Amino acid sequence: MDSLLFLTQLFNGVSVASLYLLAALGLALSFGLMRVINMAHGEMLMLGGYLAYLTLIVVPGPLAILIAIPVAFAGAALMGGVVQTALISRLAQRPLDTLLATWGVSLILQQAARDIFGAIGVEVRAPDWLGGGMAVGGVNLPSTRLFIIAVTIAVLAGIALLLKRSRIGLLVRAVNQDRMMAGAVGIDVRRVDLMVFCLGSGIAGLAGVVLALLGPVTPNVGQSYIIPAFLVVVMGGLGSLVGTTVAALILGLFSALAQIFVDVSMAQVLLLLFVILFLQARPQGVIAIRSRALDA
Amino acid sequence: MSGALLSTEGLASAYGQSQVLWDVGIELAPGTATALIGRNGVGKSTLLGAIAGTRSATAGRIVFEGADITGLPAYRRARAGIGYVPQGRHIFPHLTVMENLETGLSAGGGRVGGNARVPQHIFDLFPKLHAIRDRKGGFLSGGEQQQLAIGRALAGAPRLLLLDEPTEGIQPNVVQQIEAALRTVRDTLGMTILIVEQYLDFVWRFADGYCAMQGGRIVGRGSTATETAAEVAHLVQI
Repeated sequence: MDSLLFLTQLFNGVSVASLYLLAALGLALSFGLMRVINMAHGEMLMLGGYLAYLTLIVVPGPLAILIAIPVAFAGAALMGGVVQTALISRLAQRPLDTLLATWGVSLILQQAARDIFGAIGVEVRAPDWLGGGMAVGGVNLPSTRLFIIAVTIAVLAGIALLLKRSRIGLLVRAVNQDRMMAGAVGIDVRRVDLMVFCLGSGIAGLAGVVLALLGPVTPNVGQSYIIPAFLVVVMGGLGSLVGTTVAALILGLFSALAQIFVDVSMAQVLLLLFVILFLQARPQGVIAIRSRALDA
Repeated sequence: MSGALLSTEGLASAYGQSQVLWDVGIELAPGTATALIGRNGVGKSTLLGAIAGTRSATAGRIVFEGADITGLPAYRRARAGIGYVPQGRHIFPHLTVMENLETGLSAGGGRVGGNARVPQHIFDLFPKLHAIRDRKGGFLSGGEQQQLAIGRALAGAPRLLLLDEPTEGIQPNVVQQIEAALRTVRDTLGMTILIVEQYLDFVWRFADGYCAMQGGRIVGRGSTATETAAEVAHLVQI
């Protein structure tokens, strides 16, 4: 086998894994805490992409993309807060209704984007400093993909620190481990739910900025990432940070390395087959203990 | 009565269609310890949960320090000054002893952030907790977990402490420690205690008064000073 191709695909696999992880982290956080599946999570990616597009119009210049990241984070977090407050918190203990309701939100947001920005999609041009690449041992590493990996590592470290070291992280872990008792010691459980949901949505918005560097932002851009994100969450062991990371790496690498031998669509088929077989062998996911969730 | 720290009136609670509390009225005088006695399944833990707010009342009123708290969620009751040590202790298994205690601070004033620290008197009451402060809650023995659960409730500086069978399944020497700590909590810190307890000898050593339950109702109440355990025993035996 061509070792250059292998190394290139290895690198691509890591960068694809980064995208999967960014898309999945928010889902994993809110699922881990609330056992809620948010079907509109993909639209938080889309929202982040469009916010990046708008930010680049308002603030031109090479560093605009760095401004777009917090803007998209805040915008998607706000949208997440609205969805959580208006919808999900009112459907507590009704997971199927939550699934349907958030799917409805997903459709509404897609249509809204189609009405506002058109069906075709908009371009977010990467700044020149992300235009080039690095050659390492004959393998060309595009700067955009290095940027994506760096952003993912920063986000992951940020979340791990927040959960492990901050007072809010302590409350999140307490609610996660024993919701009844968390209330009884004086923790406002619904506020913690809201904060985590906003955080998860914000991360998705941030992921949307990163996605916008790779391709056009369309009304249904979230849909193409939501399936791999769900796969990552399920395979990672529902709500575990380490498990989610490992699962994203496995899936990203599998997908990229499979493309050495087969075409893209066949690689998707193999990926789904792989996940099915993996879950047959290990239904609990990468990390086994459910209550270890979020315990970084 | 206006002198009570906490009182309930006509309190009822149900699990789905089956009602387990009927017309419960109790009154706790400040600074006293009251024992809730009765056989298994008569509603003692449900009553404690209804007061703590982890179970909802289907009828009746709960008044704490003059305020009606019947409709408040558990966290608001904790912040109002009700500490809860549930059956099974409910220690957060993947948090360290110190972190478990820190969660208890959430009840004190209700502020999340800041530099609130676990008060030293908790470690004076339970020196063992300081020695094992970095261990995960899930790895502790039953006695250690019980001390931690009480310490966590005390961290919120409550005025009322609800304890659900704190001596259940715990070695005698640890039971003595817990009893001594609870005496300090009542006599020195002035807290009011409502304790679910099966063993009448413990109740008569420690508590000032008792309420006996049968079939979800209060069927007897009195003082441990004027009555003997033998006189009351028929209320808790078959």
